[in-house]
Amino acid sequence: MSERVTEKYTDQSRWQDLTVACDIYLPGTSAEFRTGDWRTDMPIWDAEKCKQCLLCTPACPDSSIPVTEGKRLDFDYDHCKGCGICAQVCPFGAITMVKEEK
Amino acid sequence: MAIRERLSGNEAVAIAMRQINPDVMPAFPITPSTEIPQYFSAFVANGQVDTEFIPVESEHSAMSAAVGASAAGARVLTATSSCGMALMWEELYVAASNRLPIALALVNRALSGPININADHSDSMGARDSGWIQIYSENNQEAYDNFVQAFRIAENEKVLLPIMICQDGFITSHAVENISLLEDDVVKNFVGEYQPKHYLLDDKSMAVGAYATPGFYMEAKKAQAEAMKNAKQVILDVAKEFKAISGREYGLFETYQLEDAECAIVIINSAAGTAKDAVDRLRAQGKKVGLLKIRVFRPFPAEEMAEALKHCKAIAVMDRSEGFNSQGGPVCAEVKSALYGCEEKPLIVNYIYGLGGRDVRVENIEEVYAALEEIVAKGKVEDDYRYLSLRD
Repeated sequence: MSERVTEKYTDQSRWQDLTVACDIYLPGTSAEFRTGDWRTDMPIWDAEKCKQCLLCTPACPDSSIPVTEGKRLDFDYDHCKGCGICAQVCPFGAITMVKEEK
Repeated sequence: MAIRERLSGNEAVAIAMRQINPDVMPAFPITPSTEIPQYFSAFVANGQVDTEFIPVESEHSAMSAAVGASAAGARVLTATSSCGMALMWEELYVAASNRLPIALALVNRALSGPININADHSDSMGARDSGWIQIYSENNQEAYDNFVQAFRIAENEKVLLPIMICQDGFITSHAVENISLLEDDVVKNFVGEYQPKHYLLDDKSMAVGAYATPGFYMEAKKAQAEAMKNAKQVILDVAKEFKAISGREYGLFETYQLEDAECAIVIINSAAGTAKDAVDRLRAQGKKVGLLKIRVFRPFPAEEMAEALKHCKAIAVMDRSEGFNSQGGPVCAEVKSALYGCEEKPLIVNYIYGLGGRDVRVENIEEVYAALEEIVAKGKVEDDYRYLSLRD
């Protein structure tokens, strides 16, 4: 993305400099917001135990398990809320939930 | 050439809508505004307009569809009354805060309860702080003229706010009176094409109605408040252009025999016509009485009104809705606050009148002027929050 909306419009912007009605003129800007910082519990992925069955990926309500070329990668902690559904659906115990240290 | 006609207020507004030829009209029927979408749907069926008419399942949906269509880039209008607008409540704010220039024909009717279908202003007065521009009409001619001007005001880049054009239920909406209509192409040229700068159906990406954190919400509200301030000059500019095509003059308010008046009343909508008759009768008796009829209630023309009223000895502010704040109606609160800064200011009394269609006759208004004379003679107001024509 050539222009990041979160850089152009910050909570230091004057009211005159914001867009009309705070409308946004760029696509996919929600990815810029690090909503993962709400999290209290975090999932830990054990790559050794993972069989790459990919049952966890569609269960994630927030698309926080990135997949490349048919294989899952580590969690997108910028957006994972720590709900723990992935840990519940994993048949191999490859995901464990831990208290997150801030 | 102007067209001489005789029409009800609802018909007149429906004709203005036909001449505007909007892109979308979502509407749900409610007395006494039902005829507006009814007439308009006939125009759609007859191929006289290109409008997408959406017969929605409720007013909540009517305003929701209006918001969606307007954000998509369409010129949108609708009509409603009373509880219909109450059901639009949430979306009224969404339309205003998303800065969508939707036009609403509001036919003023009492809110329940007791259930009542007749004229009073409790619907629009309740929505006075929703961020909509509010323009009021004394008769069918003004309802038509105001509606023709509506989009030019709302769509102005310095404004971008929704606008409601109000007229009194039945008294104006259903009574047939003479009217002078503009020709179709004159209205078409006056209103022009709607060309929004940003809209959803444009090729470029856009998000409307995004969440604003505490770091942004106040700035968004300030921008909205400034847009409302800007509307005042735009309303005057549009009125000037409208005069050029119609010969009819409009301002923020109308004054009638006010210049040298000692006693004056401030009033909105149809009862202003009745009050002018009372002024004529009393002037014939040599009494110095006048009136100020508010046309634009949002934005409120406080400075201009203070200037026009400050020389009076006593004024009665007429409210056709209760405020339930235990000290008067909403119009009176605004007028008092407008006059607060004046060094010399008139004594002010508030009258609640005409609720739920209670008849307002010339004699009733004469009573108000008589009360004002008494206030002037005593030099003070005893009981400044009164009901007109109440049995007690």
